[in-house]
Amino acid sequence: MTEHMGGLDVEAIRADFPILSRSVGDLPLVYLDSAATSQKPRQVIEAEADFYAAHNANTHRGIHMLGEEATERYEGARATVARFLGAPSPETIVFTRGVTESINLVAQGWGRSFLHEGDEILLSEMEHHSNIVPWQMTAAVTGAKLRYLPLTDDGQLDLSDLGSLLTDRTKILSVTGMSNALGTITPLRQLVESAHAVGAVVNVDAAQLAPHHRIDVAALDVDLLGFSGHKMLGPTASGGLYGKAEILEAMSPMMGGGEMIHEVFKDHSTYKSFPYKFEGGTMPVAQQVGLGAAIDYLEALGMDNVRAHEEEITAYALDRLLDAGATVYGPKDASARGGAVSFWFKDVHPHDLATIVNEQGVAIRAGHHCAQLVMRRFGTPATARASFYVYNTKEEVDVLIEALARAEAIFTT
Amino acid sequence: MIRGTTLALDDIYKEVILDHYKSPRNKRELDDATVSCTRNNPLCGDEITVFANVEGDRVVEVAFEGAGCSISQSSASMMTEAVTGTTVEGAKDMATRFRGMMAGEVEPDEDAFGDLVALKGVVQYPIRIKCAVLAWDVLQEALDDGEASGEHAHHP
Repeated sequence: MTEHMGGLDVEAIRADFPILSRSVGDLPLVYLDSAATSQKPRQVIEAEADFYAAHNANTHRGIHMLGEEATERYEGARATVARFLGAPSPETIVFTRGVTESINLVAQGWGRSFLHEGDEILLSEMEHHSNIVPWQMTAAVTGAKLRYLPLTDDGQLDLSDLGSLLTDRTKILSVTGMSNALGTITPLRQLVESAHAVGAVVNVDAAQLAPHHRIDVAALDVDLLGFSGHKMLGPTASGGLYGKAEILEAMSPMMGGGEMIHEVFKDHSTYKSFPYKFEGGTMPVAQQVGLGAAIDYLEALGMDNVRAHEEEITAYALDRLLDAGATVYGPKDASARGGAVSFWFKDVHPHDLATIVNEQGVAIRAGHHCAQLVMRRFGTPATARASFYVYNTKEEVDVLIEALARAEAIFTT
Repeated sequence: MIRGTTLALDDIYKEVILDHYKSPRNKRELDDATVSCTRNNPLCGDEITVFANVEGDRVVEVAFEGAGCSISQSSASMMTEAVTGTTVEGAKDMATRFRGMMAGEVEPDEDAFGDLVALKGVVQYPIRIKCAVLAWDVLQEALDDGEASGEHAHHP
């Protein structure tokens, strides 16, 4: 067992994740699908369970002790998220069920107010469908036009023609910080500078970036940034949207209902200020409390160590995959990418490959990864994808490589 | 580290499936097809086009084109063999029974199903049932479209 990687004591970390001791058939689970969703440490599971067992009540409503305790924990999680992202204040963090909801909130709450016929929305061809479809819906309503940054052959954003794509017609640039299909880390600082130079707002999909990298929204000067808690050790339905105060102030709510209003009249209502005007109805409270525990866990590990581990295991996996004869999509240099590694192995279709390696207890993903534009760009209907997180070891990569050999044996004899 | 086969790998990757995958039968475009249909499996991007030459109420020839995993491709290959020469109603009935087998509701009849019985093991992999059924859905749609547009001159 690899005990230390990139400053992490991986063996000690693994002991915190109950699911990692289960088996698949009679084999140990090798979980290499963290880009889809991460596993959860007992600290997160217990924080969520403790909320229900000891503090459960609706937030911001009850004039009773439980209501106050629930609110305190929910708002405590907001403060934790704000600190984690380098946000200037907890109020600049809107809780959402994850990046999909965050982007929909921006596309509707900002887009429908500020986009008009003739305006342009700039995306990239490496976006997850959740950073494409909401913009198509907003474009259909507003008459704004979608444009896309193309990709280079090694899966980087092709910025050679940035000047003609990012113009004074561009009102928003919405781009991923790290591709879920290619692993590519995008040059956010440069993109933010270029976008601001033409007066465009920048929205970042940090679903893959936030679990692995230290993010400082203030230093990046990014305007909006969404993330998903479930990909960073937190519960499903946790996550959020950071926004600069003046932007959140100007945005309209997406969901009307209880708790987001100030006063309701027969013909209109007035809304609370941000972030509460965006949090209509009862939120996933226990889940956001669990997210706070997940961030505490990551911060105890140290985000620089988390990134160092990711880089080390990704470099090892790239070496072994390329050595085994796999075609890897996206950058081959681990320092320019994250731990989601898309590949095609020999002539084995990714679906067949995923089924066969599952027999060896290995969980990988196969398909288009909700990134059909990427698949089309690289002329493949699907890829297999192995992805890594803080609990993965090089030995697990070895198990994957052995399982690939078995797939090859089945399909070439 | 030696890791054994624990689940049902051998059931799903029977020789017959691999044989149809590696040497697909009737994988070509039918120039004189009276009906055809293209569909994809949005889950994995696999795409299949089924061509059928229907004369009267008889499916004289069936062929397919496309790319995909071993399950979707072998199922398409086996299907072309199974339904060539049957009636339109017979082909549609077989599609229904095949879907029934993949739903675990119909016990496959070896005489009628032939090689297709090999796909029964896929039932244990719910997410991949769609791969096995794709070609049959496309065939069914092609035949239904043909009927709706009156392509089958002698079929009511």
